[in-house]
Amino acid sequence: MASGVKPRVKVPKTAEAGEIITIKTLISHKMESGQRKDDDGNVIPRSIINRFTADFNGQNVIDVTLEPAISTNPYFQFEAAVPETGEFTFTWYDDDGSVYDTSKKVTVA
Amino acid sequence: MELNRRKLLAIGMAALGATSMGVTQALASLTEEGIAAFTGGAETTAGDLSIGAPEIAENGNTVPIEVTAPGAVAVAVFADGNPVPAVATFKFGPLAGARFASTRIRLATTQNVVAVAQMEDGSFQLATSEVKVTIGGCGG
Repeated sequence: MASGVKPRVKVPKTAEAGEIITIKTLISHKMESGQRKDDDGNVIPRSIINRFTADFNGQNVIDVTLEPAISTNPYFQFEAAVPETGEFTFTWYDDDGSVYDTSKKVTVA
Repeated sequence: MELNRRKLLAIGMAALGATSMGVTQALASLTEEGIAAFTGGAETTAGDLSIGAPEIAENGNTVPIEVTAPGAVAVAVFADGNPVPAVATFKFGPLAGARFASTRIRLATTQNVVAVAQMEDGSFQLATSEVKVTIGGCGG
């Protein structure tokens, strides 16, 4: 599923040095579990996002391995420390080899 | 032995019961295998690890859960009643602000959600939370 995948991320624009901020991410993806059957009784093949990572200036914040039990449109909320001004990069890895990414800048006042 | 209708029914019910028990046990052991694969067979204890999950989920397709695991480097989440018990594994990096993560998961039926955390000292903690599911989330 390379079409219609849209990542959305909520990150505060500014932070104080060392502040811990809450990040919310959502990506539109059907997360086909491989357990469902179509009308003819054939199993619909698995097609999910299997990994999600968040990094800040090249340092890892969280690395998640996703299994088919994660709901459609995978949502994550987690917390990150912001030591300096920089950029968060968020990356999602699809079963079909596609990689979706987005980034957000945070300014430390 | 004369088989009348009542006896037949009783036998049938017993057989059904036995079969469904077998299925549950098979799934539970899959979860145990998953946990063993994550811990490498190490003992798990209760600790500060906690799971936040609703007591009753009306829709098994999206059940919000959160794990809080102070001092953990990684947390694996399992759902012992799903056809595939593994749900997700969270690994915390150097910039993780708190050992906390929240997501939405699918639950096929009423079951336990199990979280196993690997702590910084290499020990493992385990926490369980039961979720009652009204409508299962595995489709077809």
